[in-house]
Amino acid sequence: MLAWTIYISFLGAAGLLLLPKGSTVVARVLALLTAVAGFAIALTVFVHHRTGEMHTLIRVPWIPSLGIEYHLADDGISLTLVLLTGIIAVAGVLFSWNIQERSKEFFAFYLLLIGAVYGVFLSFDLFLLFVFYEIVIIPKYFLIAIWGSTRREYGAMKLAIYSFAGSAMVLVGLIAAYVEAGAHTASLSDLAQYPFSPHFQMAAFPLVFTGFAILAGMWPFHTWAPTGHVAAPTAASMLLAGVVMKLGAYGCLRVAMTLFPLGLGPWSAHHLGFGSWRDVFAVLAVIGIVYGASVALVQKDFKFVIGYSSVSHMGFILLGLMTLNQIGLSGAVLQMYSHGILAGLLFAVVGRMVYNRTHTRELAALGPMNLSHAIPFAAVTFVIAGMASMGLPGFSGFVAELMIVIGVWRSYPLLAIFVGVGIVIGVVYVWRAMQKAFFAESGVAAGFSPREPGHEKDAGFSPGSLLPITLQEKLGAIILVAASVVVGIYPQVLLNVIVPALNSPLFAGLRQGSWQ
Amino acid sequence: MIPIDYAQLLQLAWPEIIVVAAALIAMAIDLIALRQRPARTRFAVAASIASIGCFAAILRILLAPDTANLLDGTLIANPLVHLVQIALLSLAIFTLLLSVDATFTQHVGEFVLLIMVATAGTMFLVASQDLLVIFISLELLSLSLYTLAAFNKRSLQSWEAAIKYYLFGGMSAAFLLFGFSLLYGLSNSTSLTHIAGAIHGPSLNPLLIIAIVTTTIGLGFKVAAVPFHFWAPDVYQEAPAPSAAFIASASKVASFFIFFQIMALGFAGSEGSAALFHVVRGWVPVIALTATLSMLLGNLVAIRQTSLRRLLAYSAIAHAGYMLLGIVAHTQQSLAALLYYVITYALATLGAFAVIAVVEDQRGTDQLAHFDGLGRQAPVLSLGLAIFILSLAGIPPLAGFFGKFYLFATVLASTPRPVGLLWLVALALAMSIVSLYYYLRVLKRVYVAPPSADAPPIKSPALSQFLVVLLAAAVLLFGCAPQLLLQWIQAAVQSSGL
Repeated sequence: MLAWTIYISFLGAAGLLLLPKGSTVVARVLALLTAVAGFAIALTVFVHHRTGEMHTLIRVPWIPSLGIEYHLADDGISLTLVLLTGIIAVAGVLFSWNIQERSKEFFAFYLLLIGAVYGVFLSFDLFLLFVFYEIVIIPKYFLIAIWGSTRREYGAMKLAIYSFAGSAMVLVGLIAAYVEAGAHTASLSDLAQYPFSPHFQMAAFPLVFTGFAILAGMWPFHTWAPTGHVAAPTAASMLLAGVVMKLGAYGCLRVAMTLFPLGLGPWSAHHLGFGSWRDVFAVLAVIGIVYGASVALVQKDFKFVIGYSSVSHMGFILLGLMTLNQIGLSGAVLQMYSHGILAGLLFAVVGRMVYNRTHTRELAALGPMNLSHAIPFAAVTFVIAGMASMGLPGFSGFVAELMIVIGVWRSYPLLAIFVGVGIVIGVVYVWRAMQKAFFAESGVAAGFSPREPGHEKDAGFSPGSLLPITLQEKLGAIILVAASVVVGIYPQVLLNVIVPALNSPLFAGLRQGSWQ
Repeated sequence: MIPIDYAQLLQLAWPEIIVVAAALIAMAIDLIALRQRPARTRFAVAASIASIGCFAAILRILLAPDTANLLDGTLIANPLVHLVQIALLSLAIFTLLLSVDATFTQHVGEFVLLIMVATAGTMFLVASQDLLVIFISLELLSLSLYTLAAFNKRSLQSWEAAIKYYLFGGMSAAFLLFGFSLLYGLSNSTSLTHIAGAIHGPSLNPLLIIAIVTTTIGLGFKVAAVPFHFWAPDVYQEAPAPSAAFIASASKVASFFIFFQIMALGFAGSEGSAALFHVVRGWVPVIALTATLSMLLGNLVAIRQTSLRRLLAYSAIAHAGYMLLGIVAHTQQSLAALLYYVITYALATLGAFAVIAVVEDQRGTDQLAHFDGLGRQAPVLSLGLAIFILSLAGIPPLAGFFGKFYLFATVLASTPRPVGLLWLVALALAMSIVSLYYYLRVLKRVYVAPPSADAPPIKSPALSQFLVVLLAAAVLLFGCAPQLLLQWIQAAVQSSGL
């Protein structure tokens, strides 16, 4: 039944294209229904799924002569991420309710993207997984290039090229692994058991891992993320930060680490103080955490703050993966979910609630508008989302980051200190953005730099001129906050399926390798 | 001396005879009965007759699939040859459909005749393993193509392109003939299998090296591989759309097939190796070098193009580079992969030319800027163009993606350790990242840019739409269910024993 999340999304996309011209309202409703249907399926299966172990949905030969199968399955990790996709999909449609221009095409691309994302999370055949993974690139490009804002064509192209470069690296590794294993199966579980030589794994692991990690925003390949997020329309930034970046992290765990566990093992000698690829990627992840947070601290553009915060939070996921202990890995999966929800919420506030009303994202220009009075709902939502994202207990972010930090403490005690620094900076940049955008005192701001160019046009601004927050926006925000709070208060709801999945035979190689 | 069985010869050549007969009938009817009619009617009648002829030839091949090998490979009939011939005939039908809306000429009968003769040339070309017949069919094909390229008498550039094509073509034919003559001198035979037996030896004869290089030049010209590609951008840009489409599709399929055959059969035993750090002299390193240059130059130069046809020409050069990897691998599997790739590539390119033909006809140019906003004016054609372009870029679930995957997998599998040719595959994939940039630039024009205010709206002719939908459906189908085409190709390659 879970497979229908994919089909329904694709059918919805096709249905939207067939609608007559100018049926904006119908398009919205159809998109919402499709997204809700996908979410409902995901939730139903999630509720009934008790064990979290791998469960095949459909497995039929696809290209028999090459041993390629159409194999959809789910385990606790996929299920968590499918659920996340469902939530973000619904919220994204609600936050794009105001799209007027070419709305039919917008939602068609949107649902195409969603369907492919579901597909990636449910594929247990490498070829199939890769097919879905690459389908994602094209709608992403068009969503940004057509409906985006600041430097949209540049941002979209950069994003597409980076994604494609990442997937080309992945493809080289996958084809090599497929051929090395005899070119008669592309099944993930079969290949995970194939004894690739340590030499091969040592070469293939960094290639495939980096390929996927590009999409997960790993420093120094993260530069597509802030520009892409800023250029994208709200729903697309939500999807991009919420689920597309997770595709990369998911691929790192599901493909790179599962297939080539020995690639994580120690090298014969230390180079530059690194003893294995694991050390290298752990350090890159920590640099991402600290760098992303520090850069977010000095941004003038509200959306760039969130964009760089994504880089920082994605660093936590990659670092959690590199801890290679159960608590760190489950924390990483939990963080995929948590960051997906919270990044979605933050982009919704900044892109839809604030930018669509004020038409500026300059923090300095937003201050004098006194937004906490003009649109209190947005201010409250941002405060909640900001608190959750800086790791306040009671929200999903806290549990996830705590687990990762514990994991890091066990594997890399020294790095844990830098993570702590990153978390502190995280508190500061959220605080700063919150204060500047929503709670700057008007008196102070009025006397503040009247020479700035962005300032003049807002001179005649009065708080009453902003449109009130619509019902759809409120609904979307409530869904996302609830999704974070539920997991924050009762993390077992996800961990109950994530932990068994990590203990399943699929990850046996990883556990034997260097599991602590 | 083996006695020639003319009855069998005729029997085997039935499909080609049908094609030529249909061409003559089409021309005769056009000349005798339709001279005073408008060009479109004449094109419709002539193209229908010719298409029926092609269709009859396909039926003949399907219904009477003889297997024979006449006179040591002078004329061959086996499932593989039949498969390629059916592909060629189908591409010829698509080209004929594309030419119905053409307005560049009054010489309808001659145009259709030339396309059919070129088709017959490709069919003989793929059905022979004998140097003489290969050369004659290649010339039959080439001479028809030169004329087809020059068919727009009103355009000076079309002339220029055709002259360029002709001069380069003549030169490369000379090289090819020179290589063939050396092979004959070395082996005393024109049959590929005999040649392989005769030249087989522990070390490479210097004359053989010259033969390898000159043969590569001659065939490299046909497939537009660097550095023998100079004709391609001009011909792609200036030749009439149906001619360019034929040159880019059917001629490519036949040339790649025969290129593979000559190299893998004729030069069997002197392969050498292009594996990293283990380069051994032979024809494989030569092909690997051309492939590398084609991938680099084709993709990098395509970035700067402002004309869609020229862009397709450079992308064709890049694709020739990828496909040459299939020849570098020279295994049965890689032949299957090469055929899959080149057939689906031909479908996508033909489709792209069908869209270009419509835009060019109504806006007078194929400059990228004139595709602005096409997505809203001609949704069907634009969706088709998007599918063709994305297939060329290798985006799943389109045929181009599976083609790349399968081709690269077979290239890696061709050496005992997959690392050997990994550098070529890695280069190919790295270059495909570059290609996404220029392919997306085209789609950006079509879907993102607003239509310019002064440009007249595009009307989509029904026939073009039909052709585009048909080809797009094929590209999508072969991408989603590659098995449909693949099992056929694999069975044919297996049974041919190449």
